[in-house]
Amino acid sequence: MSRVAVLKGGRSLERQVSLRSGARVEEALERLGHDVISIDVGPDLVERLSADPPDVAFIALHGRDGEDGTVQELLEVMGIPYTGSGVSACIRAADKVLAKHAMRDRDIPTPDFYAFNETAFRELGAGAALPAIEERLRFPIVVKPAGQGSALGIKFARTPADVPTALVAAFSYDRKVLLERHVIGRDLAVSILDDDGSARALPIVEAVPREEDFYDFESRYEIGRTTFLCPAELPEPIAERTASLALEVYELIGCTGFARVDIMLEEGTDELYVLELNPIPGLTETSLLPQAADAAGIGFDELVGRILERAGEGG
Amino acid sequence: MKSSAMRDLMALTEREDVISLAGGLPDTSTFPPDSYASLMRTIAAESCARALQYAPTEGLSLVKRCVAEVMSAEGTEVDPAEVLITTGGQQVIDLMCKTVIDPGDVIVAEAPTYPGAVPTFSSYQADVVQVRMDRDGMRVDELEVTLDELERAGRRPKFIYTVPNFHNPAGVTMSLERRRELVRIAQERELLVLEDNPYGLLRYESEPLPTLLSLDGGNFVVYASTFSKILSPGMRLGWTVAPRPVLEKMNIGKQASDLCSSSLSQYFVAAYFQSGPWRDYVRSLIEIYRRRRDVMLDALAEHYPREAEWTHPQGGLFIWATLPDYIDTTDLLARALEQRVAFVPGRAAYVDGRGGSSMRLNFSGVGENDIREGIRRIGEVVREQVALYGTLTGAKPTTASSRADQAPGYAEAGNPGSDPVPRAPDSELAKILRLPAPRKRTG
Repeated sequence: MSRVAVLKGGRSLERQVSLRSGARVEEALERLGHDVISIDVGPDLVERLSADPPDVAFIALHGRDGEDGTVQELLEVMGIPYTGSGVSACIRAADKVLAKHAMRDRDIPTPDFYAFNETAFRELGAGAALPAIEERLRFPIVVKPAGQGSALGIKFARTPADVPTALVAAFSYDRKVLLERHVIGRDLAVSILDDDGSARALPIVEAVPREEDFYDFESRYEIGRTTFLCPAELPEPIAERTASLALEVYELIGCTGFARVDIMLEEGTDELYVLELNPIPGLTETSLLPQAADAAGIGFDELVGRILERAGEGG
Repeated sequence: MKSSAMRDLMALTEREDVISLAGGLPDTSTFPPDSYASLMRTIAAESCARALQYAPTEGLSLVKRCVAEVMSAEGTEVDPAEVLITTGGQQVIDLMCKTVIDPGDVIVAEAPTYPGAVPTFSSYQADVVQVRMDRDGMRVDELEVTLDELERAGRRPKFIYTVPNFHNPAGVTMSLERRRELVRIAQERELLVLEDNPYGLLRYESEPLPTLLSLDGGNFVVYASTFSKILSPGMRLGWTVAPRPVLEKMNIGKQASDLCSSSLSQYFVAAYFQSGPWRDYVRSLIEIYRRRRDVMLDALAEHYPREAEWTHPQGGLFIWATLPDYIDTTDLLARALEQRVAFVPGRAAYVDGRGGSSMRLNFSGVGENDIREGIRRIGEVVREQVALYGTLTGAKPTTASSRADQAPGYAEAGNPGSDPVPRAPDSELAKILRLPAPRKRTG
C-alpha cells in the first residue's frame, strides 16, 4: 500500500471537473487500501509535496498546467513518480495544433485545419487571409482554442460573418486557435488502457447529444444531456479500424498508462478523422473512460488501481 | 439549472487571487466586533435558552417589530402580524414558487432578472417570460402586450417578479409612474406581484419612491426584503409581507422547508435593533457604497472602450455593462480570469440565452483600489477583444487617446434633472438595456 497524493482542482477552467474526478479517485484509492493525500493544486504545491513527499502522485487534473506537461515537469524535478503520460507526450497532446501536425506528418487522418497565434491577426493582417481559408475548409468551420481539453470556447461558424465572432471567442481561451473543417458524422471516443506494457483499446463510446447540435462543454459533463452508447453500434470492420487508428495516435504521441482519443466517423464516406487525444481524460461519473472500462469488465476501483500501477513509467 | 460551463467558470471566481466583481456581497468588515460581542453577551444574559430553542415558524414578534421599523424607514407601514420571517430574502422567492407554481406555470420577470432567482424558477419548472427594461424599470407597456398574448394562448401568469429599486443586475430603478401602472395592471387583472426589495435603504442619491406594496395596499403585492444588506447576510434573515391567504400558505411551506429561521439570528437582530444605532450603520454603509459606486463609474469611464455602455445606479450593489454584440461575456470571463478578475456574465440573468454581451459588476464587496484595478483589467481584455475584432473585420477600434475626450458612456436611471452627472442622449439610454441582437447570418 502506498501514500498517494491525488492532485486535483487547480486554476484551469476545468477545475470543477477535475475536483469531481479527483474526489472519485480518492474514494477508489482508499477502498484499495492506500493512504491518500488530497491536494487542491495551488501556489503551495511544491512546498506541500516537499514537506510530505508521497510515494506516488495520481494526477487527476484536466486542462492547463495539469494536462500540458507543467505539473509532470515539476514532479520529474522532485523525483515523484506520477500516473499517466510523461512531459513530452502531454505537451504534444495538450496543444491540438502540435498534435494535428504530428498526425498529418504521419498520414493519420485529421480534419484539415489552419492555426494562428493572435499576433498573426494583430500584427500580420491574417484577417485578410480568412476568405482563402474559408474557401478551402468550406462552411461550417469549427473554431477552437489550441489548448483546451474540453469543448470550452469551441464555436461553429456557419457563414463568413460568424468567423470573426468565433475567433474572438476562441481567443478568450488561448493565444493560439485553429480553424478546422467540420466533419459531420458520429462522435466516437476510444479509451486506451496500457496496463501491462501493451496498449489496448477499450470498447468504443459513441456520444449522442440530445439537445444541442454539437457535442459541447454543456452536454459533455451534464448527466442526462448526452446519451452514451457503449459499445458503440458499429460494423465490426469500422470498429476495428477506429480502435487501431486510436492506438496509432496513442503511440505517435508517446502516451503512457491511459488516454482517450476522439474520432469522427464521417457520414456518407465512413472515413475516420482524429480530432484530438486527451492525455488525462475525465474520471467523473459521466466520463467516457470509466464507462468504456466498465464495458470491458473493469470496474472503477480496478481502473484506478491499474493506472496507479503504471505510475512512474511516463517519464 | 444554468449551464455547467458558466458554473465551472464561476467556481474560479472564488479563488483568493481573483478580484471578484462577480459576487453580490455586502461589506461586513465595518461592523464593530465590540458591538457583536456585546450583543452576544446580551443574548447570553437575557435569552440564552430561547435563542438555542426552535422559534415559531412565522418568526419572533420581536423581529417582526424590527421589520416594521425598517419598512417604516422606507415609508411603508405594516402590521407586524402580516410579516413572515424567512431564511433570507431568497426563501421568499422559493416559498412563493412552492405556494403557487405547478410545472409549466408562467412567471413574468424582468429582462434581465435577478440571477439568483433563475435556478429557483427553474427548479419549480416554471416557464419564465421576460419583459424588457429601460432606464425606468420594467416596460409596463410591453408587460401588457405580453399578458395579452399569454391570455390569448389561454395562459395566466402565477405572478410577476420585479426588483423595483436598484435592480439586480440592471442597476435601474422603476419610476413612480411605472410603479403606479404596474399596480394598476395587477389589480385590474388580479395578478400577484412579487416585489423583491433587498436594497431599498441603500440609496445614494435622489428621493425614495413608494413601494409597490404601499401603492397597492397589500391586495396583490407580495413583498420581500432582507436584513442581509442592512446588517448581515450571515444572519440569513429576510421577510415577506403578503395577502393573508398567500401568507398562510407560505407559512405552511416554510414549516415543510425548515420549520423556522434561526432563533439565534433572530435574537441577535432583536438585540441589535434594541441597542439603537441600526440607522447609523446603514448610513455608514451608504457612504462606503456610494464612494465605491463612484469609483467604479469613474473607472469604467476611464478604462472601458467607447463601444461599451453601462447603467448608473442610484443605489444598490450593481452596475450592468453591455459590450458590442460580437463579444460573448461568458467567453470573455475566461480571459478575464487569466488576468485574475471576475464578473457575472449577462447570460446568467436570462432564461433563454440572451444577455450574452452584458455583464454584472458588483461594487459593494471589494475595496476602492480593487474596484479600480479590477475594472482596469476587465477594460484591458475588452479593448483587446474589440481591437482584435477590428482587425478581423476592418472596423477601427477606439484607441485610449481618442477615448479620453469622450463623455462617459453611462446613463443614470430615473429622475433626470436632479443629477449632476453627464448624460448620454435618450437614444443611447434606450440601448443600455437592449436585448442583444441575434448574430447576423449572411452569405
